[in-house]
Amino acid sequence: MKKIDGSILSQRIFRAVGILGLLFFTFIFFMPLFWMVRTALMSDALVFSVPVRWLPDVPMWENFVTVFQRMDMQKYIVNTLITSVLPVIGILFSCPLVAYSLTKIPWKGGAIIFPIILFTMMIPWQVTQIPMYSIWSNLGLTDSFVPLILPTFFGSGYYIYLCRQYMKSLPTSVMEAARIDGANDIRILYTIVYPMCKSVLTTIAVLVFIANWNNLNGPLLYLQSSSKYTLSIGLQQFRKADNPEWPLLMAASTVFTAPLIVLFFFAQKYFLNGISTTSGLK
Amino acid sequence: MKQIPAKQTQKTKPAKSNVLRLGSRRQRLRYNALGILFASPWIIGFLCFTIIPVGMAIYYSFTNYNLFSKCDWIGLKNYIDIFHDKYVAKSLSNTLYATLIGVPLGQIMALLLALLLNQKKIPGIPVFRTVFYLPTLVPTVASCMLFMWVLNGQYGLLNTFLGFFGLKGPYWLTDPNFTKLSLIIMDTWACGTGMVIYLAALRSVPETLYEAAELDGAGPVRQFFSITLPSISPTIQFQVIMSIISHFQYFTQAYVFSSITDTSAVAGGGPANSMLFYCLYLYRKAFLQFRMGYASAMAVLLAIIVVITTAVVMYFSEKAVSYDAE
Repeated sequence: MKKIDGSILSQRIFRAVGILGLLFFTFIFFMPLFWMVRTALMSDALVFSVPVRWLPDVPMWENFVTVFQRMDMQKYIVNTLITSVLPVIGILFSCPLVAYSLTKIPWKGGAIIFPIILFTMMIPWQVTQIPMYSIWSNLGLTDSFVPLILPTFFGSGYYIYLCRQYMKSLPTSVMEAARIDGANDIRILYTIVYPMCKSVLTTIAVLVFIANWNNLNGPLLYLQSSSKYTLSIGLQQFRKADNPEWPLLMAASTVFTAPLIVLFFFAQKYFLNGISTTSGLK
Repeated sequence: MKQIPAKQTQKTKPAKSNVLRLGSRRQRLRYNALGILFASPWIIGFLCFTIIPVGMAIYYSFTNYNLFSKCDWIGLKNYIDIFHDKYVAKSLSNTLYATLIGVPLGQIMALLLALLLNQKKIPGIPVFRTVFYLPTLVPTVASCMLFMWVLNGQYGLLNTFLGFFGLKGPYWLTDPNFTKLSLIIMDTWACGTGMVIYLAALRSVPETLYEAAELDGAGPVRQFFSITLPSISPTIQFQVIMSIISHFQYFTQAYVFSSITDTSAVAGGGPANSMLFYCLYLYRKAFLQFRMGYASAMAVLLAIIVVITTAVVMYFSEKAVSYDAE
């Protein structure tokens, strides 16, 4: 009896520690986000008050207006949307095609291509960035969105890999049946396989969108004139001023972050399952 | 290896059905053409965006290419210079430091959060999961701005907080001893992707193992080390390798942090070059000094380091990883 009592006690302690841990880390992880939004709604002077003020008396929503006036945010947002949405289309066009070839077309090439794809994922992008830059600049395409968008229409190792992992598990019988009925493979891909891959394609779309929305390196190399700046570059340039205006910077950061959080809440159901089931092993 | 026979049986099976049987040679040719057609985006992309650039990078690494005028063959000079460049040594040691501290810290935090979320019979788990994941969604440049403010020596959130406990926090962004830790703190805050992957791995551990251990009187700690850790070891191995690779390629955060705290220095890696990471130095060589040949040699060395490190980590962790739980 004594032993069982002991184990119940230790279970209770563990449960309490577990709940406290959840609350503790919720606090830690949430605080910086709170700090961002609260600073965005403060006046410049209030931010530096000692002792610290946690909330403004009156939220200064006009900070958001000021940011749009000072930073050409509309332009940055449009540019960022162009460089994030078009790559999503590119990836959703190219990767399922390749994954279909690797999994559903009975040919020997697939067994050769797949290991090469895995290997290319190991090549650091720093290796290709210099030659790619010189190629694009010889083509006169630097300071345009083309270098950021065009490559996605030719696939990308990681997303082909995710897509292939999912397609592999789809039953071939449906496709066989469609073939008997005389459907060609393009039609099979777009009318049968795409709908079946809805969850993995949603995950990929969200991942690609986030990656490009975030991207600093590509725009840093290729976008030189300020009318082409994306939010990443615009924000980074804005911060370069000697005396940072924290409320404005935090307001801009909030504007930069908000679309991703909204997108996340819409796609959450697919997205969290998607990254966990597909980006693991095998 | 195991998958190949399975695939072949799958392939031969439909061949017996009447669909694929007629004209098997013609059929095979047709499938080859179809396969190439469907894979063609990747084949073209592989040639244009991988093979040709990689070849060019290797060639450039033996030249004094500067994007405009010169591209003369200079043999191994770049590689020899790299070995004598004190900034390369500095950037390598910074990168190593960030890897050795950042990788374990990030993985332990991700696993800890996943363990907390994997508890039974606690309400609101999806809410906690969302809160832990939100920092991952903050764009890198935005989170850099945020952490430059959170870690501000005088008015920042962290030092304000430490002040409540009577501690005086350091000047995170300007003290060379703390700049790398600042970056690591920021990255650990955004460990949500790893957390989600660990959570999925934890949920796939068979419940029966725990039940059996409980009957044998094993407590939670014992269960964690004897059941949980071995069961998710393949995931840990994968995550650690990916994290090491991404630390070798560490760029964006270091670029943003150092572009503000430093303007004039040759190498430009923040206070006392404490944030001069390998890829930041590579970028500055290539795109600010236009020493493309030199930078290409650095990139080729980076690729070699990545491949070797991956192989070494895989070799030494293979014994510790058990695959039978899958």
